Amino acid sequence: MQPIIRQDTIRLEFPDFRNLGTILRVVLAVNAMTIVAALVKEPQVELWIAQWIDMTATVEPYLIVELAILYALAPWLFRQTASMSAFVIAAVTVGVGLGLHALIGRPYSDAPFALVRQLLLALSAYAVLLVYFNLRAKALSPAIAESRLQALQARIRPHFLFNSINAVLSLVRSDPKRAETALLDMADLFRVLMRDNRELVPIADEVELCRQYLELEKLRLTDRLQVEWHLNNMPENALVPPLLLQPLLENAVYHGIEPLATPGVVSINIFSKGGDVHAILRNPYRSEGGSHHAGNKMALGNIRERLKLHFDAEGSLESRVRDTMYEVHIRMPYRTAAASSASTAEPLPGAGKPAARRNEGGPALRDGNTGVLRG
Amino acid sequence: MADAPLRVLIVDDEAPARRRLRDLLADCAAALPIACVGEAANGREALELLHAVSADLVLTDIEMPEMGGLEFARHVLKLSQPPVVIFTTAHDKHAVQAFEVNAVDFLLKPIRVQRLLAALEKVPRLKPVSSARLDALASTARRFLSVTERSRVVLVPVEEIIYLKAELKYITIRTAEREFLLEESLTKLEEEFGHRLVRVHRNCLVARDAIRGFERRVGDEGDAHWEVLLKGIAETLPVSRRQQSIVREIGRENQRGAEASAR
Repeated sequence: MQPIIRQDTIRLEFPDFRNLGTILRVVLAVNAMTIVAALVKEPQVELWIAQWIDMTATVEPYLIVELAILYALAPWLFRQTASMSAFVIAAVTVGVGLGLHALIGRPYSDAPFALVRQLLLALSAYAVLLVYFNLRAKALSPAIAESRLQALQARIRPHFLFNSINAVLSLVRSDPKRAETALLDMADLFRVLMRDNRELVPIADEVELCRQYLELEKLRLTDRLQVEWHLNNMPENALVPPLLLQPLLENAVYHGIEPLATPGVVSINIFSKGGDVHAILRNPYRSEGGSHHAGNKMALGNIRERLKLHFDAEGSLESRVRDTMYEVHIRMPYRTAAASSASTAEPLPGAGKPAARRNEGGPALRDGNTGVLRG
Repeated sequence: MADAPLRVLIVDDEAPARRRLRDLLADCAAALPIACVGEAANGREALELLHAVSADLVLTDIEMPEMGGLEFARHVLKLSQPPVVIFTTAHDKHAVQAFEVNAVDFLLKPIRVQRLLAALEKVPRLKPVSSARLDALASTARRFLSVTERSRVVLVPVEEIIYLKAELKYITIRTAEREFLLEESLTKLEEEFGHRLVRVHRNCLVARDAIRGFERRVGDEGDAHWEVLLKGIAETLPVSRRQQSIVREIGRENQRGAEASAR
C-alpha cells in the first residue's frame, strides 16, 4: 500500500490502486458492507442469504468495473491534488453506476429513486473506504518509524564491528594500502547504516553495499568465505527497501560460514520474473549449535515487516532449510523510479526522490522529523 | 621475573586476528621475554598442538568452529601441566559481564598493547581457572568429552557416543569402536546433553540416535523387563522399571521418523 501523500490543509491519502493488498481490502470491505446491508434489509434468516445474493448481482459487477477503472487511472490520479482525486473517484463511482444502469439496469417499480439510492449507497461505501485507508495510513506511520529504529538495531552486530576493526588493525603495519581500502569500505557501510533509511533505493545500490560488506568479512575470514553472485538477470533499477540484503548476508556469514572450519559458499541470486523481483540467498547450514538462531529470526522478522510496510501483500520473505543449505527467498514487485517519477511534478516538500512516495504513512516522518535516529 | 621466556600459544579462527596478536606480542617482547610457541585456528587444533609443545599461556578466541575457546579451556585442564588461559573476545557487554562475575581473565578485541602487557606480567601468578567456573560460563553443550590416557588428552566427539554408564568411580563412554573412562557426574552430563542422551537406567544414558529398538526379556524368576537394542554394537542395555515410559516415547519417535523418511 502506498498512499499518495498530500500536504493540503485536510490531509487526504489515497492507496495505490494497483496494489494487490489495496484491491483485496476494497473487495473484502465492500462485500462485508453488502452482508450488513442485507442483514438490515431482511429480518428473516432464510431470505437474508437470498437477499444478499440478489444484492451481489448488482454490487460485484459495479465493484469490478470501478476497480478496473481506478487501476487504469492510478498513475494519473497519483499526480492530482487530494481534492481532485477525491472528486474524480466520486465521479467515476457515479459514472460507473449510471453506465451499468443503462447497460444492465433492472426494471424497478420506482426506477428513478432506485438509481439515486444505488448511487448514494455506492458513494457511502466510497466514503467509508476513504476513511478506512486514511486511518490505516495513520496507524502505520509510527510503525514505519519504529521499523526504521528496529532496522538500525538489528543491523551490524558489535561482533562484526569489533572483529573488523581488529582485522584492519592487523593490516596497518604489513599492508597499509589494504587497511586503507578496508577503512573506506567501513566508512561507506556505516554511512548507509546511519543515514535516514526510509526511502526505497535501487537494488544495484544495495548490491554494492553488500559487496563492500562482504569485502570486509573476507578480510577477516580470508578464503573461508566464498561468495557467488548471480546477477545476470538483475533489474538494476528495481527499488527495494534499504538494507534489505545486507542483514541477511550478515546472518549468512555469522551462522553459515563462521561455524565452519572449511571454506563455505554464500550465494546471492537476484532476478526478475513475471513482474516480480526475486532475491535468493543461500548459505551452508548446520543443525547443531542453535544458540544464535534467535538473532536470525529477529532479522528475518524485521525485514519481513519492512517488506510488508512497503509492498503490502506483494512482498514476501520465506526461509527454509534445503539439505545442508539454508535459503532465504524474497519476492517483491518490480518497481522503478521511472514508474513513479510522474509524481515528481507534484509540489511536495521533501519529496526529492520519487522513491519517497513509495513509503507508507509519510506525513508524520516527512514533517522534517528526520532527526529521530540521530537523537 | 623468570629467566625463561613466557611461552605463548595463540588460538583464533581469524588469520588477521592471529597476526595482530603476534605483532602485539613482538611489541611486548621488549619489556618481557616472550616466545610465541605456535598458532592454532580452533580449540581442537590447539589441544593437539599442546601435546607437542608446552605453553605457559594460551590466548584464545571464544567463538571458533570445531571447538570454541570455553570448551578448549575445559579440556586443557586435563593436561598434566595446564597452561593459563586468557580469552580474547570482541563480545558484547553481556558476555563480558559473565566473565567478570566469574573472575575469568579476558582481553577485549581490539587489544591494546598496554593491556596485553599487563596481562602477560600477571601470568606467573595466575592459576588455571576452575572447571566449575568455566561450566558456569558455557552456554552451549560441549562437542567433545575428554579423557586422559597416557598423559594425553583424548577427545571423544559427543555424536560418537552410544552410551554412558556409571560404574563405581568412573563413567564408561561407549563408542562403536571402544570404551573410555571418564571422571564426571552422570547427572551433570544428563543436564548438559539431555537433548541427545536419554536416561534408560539409574546408571545409564543412551544416545537417542543410537537406539535401534527395544526387546521384551523375561528373567529367570519370570519378571519381564525391556532391553535397549543398539546400532553398531551387539551389546544391549536394560531399561529400569522407572524409565519404562521412554520405551513407548522413543518407539513412537522412531516410527514417526521412519514415516517421514519414507515420504
